[in-house]
Amino acid sequence: MILKGKVYGTAYTFNSVRDVLAKASEDKSGDRLAGISAVTAAERVAAKLVLSELTLEDIYNNPVIPYEKDEVTRVIYDGINTTVYRKYKNMTVGALRETILDHETTGNDLANISRGLTSEIIAAVTKLMSTLDLIVAAQKMRYQAHCNTTIGLPGTLAFRCQPNHPTDNPQGILASIKEGLSYGSGDAVIGVNPVEDNIESYTRVIEVVSEFIDRWQIPTQNCVLAHVTTQIAALEKGAPVHLVFQSLAGTQKANEAFGFTVKTLDDAYELALRQGAASGPNVMYFETGQGSEVSLECHEGVDQQTLESRCYGLARRYKPFMINNVSGFIGPETLYTGKELTRATMEDLVMAKLHALPMGVAQCYTNHMKADQNDQEVANTLSALAGANFFMGIPGGDDVMLSYQDTSFHDNATLREILNLRPCPEFESWLEKMGIMENGRLTKRAGDLSIFND
Amino acid sequence: MATEENLESMIVQNVLKELAKNGFLQNVKTASVPQVSETPTHRSIVNDADEYIELPPISEILIHEPIHKETVAALKAMTPARIGVGRAGPRYRTTTLLHYLADHSQAQDAVFLDVSDEFLQRMGIFEVQTQVSDREEHLTRPDLGCRLSREAREKISVNCKKNVQVQVFVADGLSSKAIESNVAELLPALIQGLQGEGITDIGTPFFVKYGRVRVEDEIGILLNAEVVVELVGERPGLGTANSLSAYIIYKPTEKTVEADRTVVSNIHMGGTPPVEAGAFLAGLIKDILKAKTSGIKLTTG
Repeated sequence: MILKGKVYGTAYTFNSVRDVLAKASEDKSGDRLAGISAVTAAERVAAKLVLSELTLEDIYNNPVIPYEKDEVTRVIYDGINTTVYRKYKNMTVGALRETILDHETTGNDLANISRGLTSEIIAAVTKLMSTLDLIVAAQKMRYQAHCNTTIGLPGTLAFRCQPNHPTDNPQGILASIKEGLSYGSGDAVIGVNPVEDNIESYTRVIEVVSEFIDRWQIPTQNCVLAHVTTQIAALEKGAPVHLVFQSLAGTQKANEAFGFTVKTLDDAYELALRQGAASGPNVMYFETGQGSEVSLECHEGVDQQTLESRCYGLARRYKPFMINNVSGFIGPETLYTGKELTRATMEDLVMAKLHALPMGVAQCYTNHMKADQNDQEVANTLSALAGANFFMGIPGGDDVMLSYQDTSFHDNATLREILNLRPCPEFESWLEKMGIMENGRLTKRAGDLSIFND
Repeated sequence: MATEENLESMIVQNVLKELAKNGFLQNVKTASVPQVSETPTHRSIVNDADEYIELPPISEILIHEPIHKETVAALKAMTPARIGVGRAGPRYRTTTLLHYLADHSQAQDAVFLDVSDEFLQRMGIFEVQTQVSDREEHLTRPDLGCRLSREAREKISVNCKKNVQVQVFVADGLSSKAIESNVAELLPALIQGLQGEGITDIGTPFFVKYGRVRVEDEIGILLNAEVVVELVGERPGLGTANSLSAYIIYKPTEKTVEADRTVVSNIHMGGTPPVEAGAFLAGLIKDILKAKTSGIKLTTG
């Protein structure tokens, strides 16, 4: 294993695989804050050069956080198919990149290869990819999942209707749900972030959503994104839950700061299968996002892209129905510009797909980032083109509870139109029945929330 | 007929007006745009001095012929979310787009513009800086915004009394607008409120540029103040760009954690108005001095 590289006569020495991975990452503020990124452009290229010649085995043998020390590492390594890994372990990262991009390599081939790749290997190969490389790779991979309906079918694009309200007012939440549905948004899930994280509040909100779904017979899923322990407690009391949610991070320390362990997730998964109200078999929903570990000071010297990949390594243990990043939610100390946001978005989409996950994307921004609506829309269009399963849907793109900006109901309708994509089939039939959609196009009536007049 | 010279200046004037209308030239008042001509022909093109294009209220229903208009109005009343906005094809109506851009512009300017020197002069407070050197570093390196520069430590040591009961200071945080629109009323109200509570041993207030919340710990330790009050600009939302918070701490140390701080947020005209907040904070500070603790320990006794 050689950790030294030369670019036009200048030599660069790296002290570990972890160091190579960090310095080979595209420039992002979170890695600068952690003090682990490349200092010069040439050093970054030298790291990519060294990385391209490492074998998959070199990376496998040098986990960024030791197996004994971190349960996320243990989940990743224990989940690897050793037969597949052995078949590819002598390949270099550079060769893996070309294999992924090769015309002869199909999505099925990649599904097989992915079973032998650790999350660090997956992060490594995407560090050698430009934006169009990432799109070519992403388009090959498409993963379906089934809860009450099927998500991720080729030719479809789904949305999470996100009807958040600053005081969890049930009528306010319903008003935004109606607006979203009238634009065809909500086939992935109707998913509310509650203000108050306790069993009573959680149960109240999920019952409101659940009753609305039943009354209008909407083929979709419900979810209230409280802390996983709140959801477990509510499930035990018989709340009508379809999807159990949790935000994930890429280190054990950061997950402990989030207030859960692998055991907690194991329990939640088992309980959701045993006592949840959905058909399944996919009953979990996760959110991730580059930089949460650095903002919690739990990054352990690992770059934010590699840690993001480790979130997907953890997620695949639970065969989720949905998973999405929330790039840009944390703020400028992790992703500062629209360019950093776009790059992270595309990396995340490909890394999750290389974990065979049904990935969606929430490319978003806060008001203290150097990013605006144009950046968000560019990132959104690229990730739709690359075949994300779903995006968020928010009234006017403005989340009035979480105070950040994400994909709007209008953006949802637009992306389907410009890319010729359809809603999930069951949901499209329902939209037709409601007179919102016809032959895959919005009708004149679409956008009028008063059609849900009760 | 306009001469060529007249025509040129007329074009310039109209361009300026359009820019001003779109908010690109916020400080250009229509009245200050030079008049080109006094002839009636030109007057029909030039707007009256006090006529402005403004955004319609956000409560307006923009759906084209909704089935139940009253229902839309009732639903809109239930949430501040941008619903009932209608569409142009799959996209926003023009008004919706402009509203969004206007809201984001307020937030961006609050984050990226400095508190003006003129404002600080008017307030009569001196300025120091953290270890942050520019706006980008302020946003991407929150750790540096928690530490004073060497010059700042010296300036504060020279200009401020030590061992005071209450030290108040202002920091830009993430919104210069929050400072400029609240501090002129909040600071005097707070000082008067403290005096009204019988607390007269109050330090000299000052302004910390590129400051974060945790900088108050270093300031408290440096001045050996019993209670430190930081008035800091909050991260702007899309609807509110000028909200300010007060972070109060009793005898901070290097080991201070977030739970040790008492926080009063949402101070602005649309939330807790600054004058009211000043009186409220004074009462709270009195309680903190009496309890000799702040944060969670104060509320849990």
